[in-house]
Amino acid sequence: MNHSRVNDLYNRHYGGLFLFIVVLAIVPFFVNSFFLSVLILVGLYAIVTTGLTMLMGYAGQISLGHAAFYGVGAYASAVMTGTHGMPGIVGVLVGVILSIVIAVLIGIPTLKLKENYLALATLGFGIIIFTFFKELKEITGGLNGFFGIPSFSLFGFSFDTDLKFYFLIWVLLIIGILFSKNVIDSRVGRALRSIHGSDIAANSIGVNIQQYKLKVFVLSAVYASVAGSLYAHYVTFINPNLFTAMESINFLIMVVIGGSANIWGGMIGAIVYVLLNELLKDIVPVFFPNVGGEFQIVFFGVLLVAILIYMPQGLAPTLGKLWGRLVGRKSKKQAVTGPPNADATVGGSK
Amino acid sequence: MELTSQFIQLIFSGLTIGSIYALVAIGFVITYNITGVLNFAQGDFAMLGAMLAITFVSMDIPMGLGIILSIGIVVLVGGIFERTAIYPARNASLPTLIIITLGVAIAIRGLAILIWGTQPRSLPPFTENNPINVLNAVLLPQSIWAVGISVVSLIAMHYFFNKTFIGKAVTACVVNRSAARLMGIKPEWMSFISIAVSAGLGAIAGIIIAPISGATYEMGLMIGMKAFVAAVIGGLTNAPAAIIGAFMIGILESFTEGLWTSGYKDAISFALLLLVLFFMPNGLFAKATGKRV
Repeated sequence: MNHSRVNDLYNRHYGGLFLFIVVLAIVPFFVNSFFLSVLILVGLYAIVTTGLTMLMGYAGQISLGHAAFYGVGAYASAVMTGTHGMPGIVGVLVGVILSIVIAVLIGIPTLKLKENYLALATLGFGIIIFTFFKELKEITGGLNGFFGIPSFSLFGFSFDTDLKFYFLIWVLLIIGILFSKNVIDSRVGRALRSIHGSDIAANSIGVNIQQYKLKVFVLSAVYASVAGSLYAHYVTFINPNLFTAMESINFLIMVVIGGSANIWGGMIGAIVYVLLNELLKDIVPVFFPNVGGEFQIVFFGVLLVAILIYMPQGLAPTLGKLWGRLVGRKSKKQAVTGPPNADATVGGSK
Repeated sequence: MELTSQFIQLIFSGLTIGSIYALVAIGFVITYNITGVLNFAQGDFAMLGAMLAITFVSMDIPMGLGIILSIGIVVLVGGIFERTAIYPARNASLPTLIIITLGVAIAIRGLAILIWGTQPRSLPPFTENNPINVLNAVLLPQSIWAVGISVVSLIAMHYFFNKTFIGKAVTACVVNRSAARLMGIKPEWMSFISIAVSAGLGAIAGIIIAPISGATYEMGLMIGMKAFVAAVIGGLTNAPAAIIGAFMIGILESFTEGLWTSGYKDAISFALLLLVLFFMPNGLFAKATGKRV
């Protein structure tokens, strides 16, 4: 017992992770090009939602503006590589720096406030950024969009096919998830968990709540920005409508579906969301032949409410158990890497 | 157009749009005070009201009746929303509740796409809409209706919360939830009433804006968010301050649009939101209480 507990703490089930990586490495060779592009999209979304999962599950904050960080990354890359012909990495870095600056500027004042003022502030900021994308026509191309973003290349290696891009995205995602896991198991994660226990107690023993929350918020913004940069390189054409408040809400839906109580929740949510979305686009028009626009949102709205009421931890814990059984391990894992908050999807003060 | 008449013109349109925001903002404040929830579906009640009224009018139902029916249905929808989505989750954390209202908001929006499609629709003006000339500025009767109905609704709300039995019970819950419970008031029912009433206010706002700027399935998003800004400027707990906030936003928007550019209109309102959140989180009119800090 003691031994397995130590195992749980330090071995961290790299066996299961290894199997998962093997599956990921094989899958693209057996799917058609449409499904491959769907998987790439899943990977990009999952990078954003992994950061958002940390923010919601561990810092107990809602962001309604992550599509804006995604957009900042996308436009930074578009402008740097498309307009100025810089290497791809410069675009990514410019996006990251901009996102850090913005996140700090928004985070410092709002995270000091109780209740969920970050939700409001990020919503407002998201709309401001959207307006800039739309109105700064000389730089962004306005509503007509930004065309001709070159494919991403790193150290002379160009990720110019979907297959190469798939590996780039998913490797990055796995690194992102592992990094987040380390953050959660580190001093920052422990501090955030102590805040959940009692923020007054945490504060009185010297845990600087705001600072930890801010760090997580900034990190989640960086994830979104990097994903946005790569998204721009992948689709080669972007326009402001890709980064609206509704997109931010979609990211939130993914996190809730997967469950922010587990760091894999963001990825699971992104997979389920994208697949469901594609499925609904095929099924709904059978019943409503004249339907247009984003009719799927009715379904996602109901799903969101239902999950929060009946399954507030999302799909991740359930799937985690199944996965544990699959790789032949009882899921004691939950006890260690599980949520700081067992009662609800999003933590924070009641 | 000379400067004064343009000025008056902009004031008119600012007051019109401000009165819409005021109605929705009051809904926010009522819901927030009683349930502690920022109800993101508030703007979508406005959309629902507008769409229903348009449907009834196109079915040749007399306008007055159609409007009353639409408001009634939206009140009902608000009540159902409270019972099915807020009540079962009443013990969940606040962020969870907020995301639930977001879920309801997009469900209503999606439903509107399925029922009414994505094309904008419009409602005929309440009365003949011949422009009235005031000091060389054009005033549309519909604007008078908008401001008039808002003011009447706001006075009715004031009466409801201060003079009627149910209204006083709701107010009691705001003041002290546990004490109210000890007096035999059920806070759960008050939450039901407050959300239903807020939904009704939203519906009224949607119906009076529909003849002016039309109605689409996504109109609720912007109306809701602007009303949010107004409510936050007012400090979220103070109804009269939220009304003032709403008119400030309305006038700020119409002046930005009239004198500078319509493109940055939304950005200006939300920049104001950020400034208020950063520097005066208790609202522009609040004394420092330290509650939220």
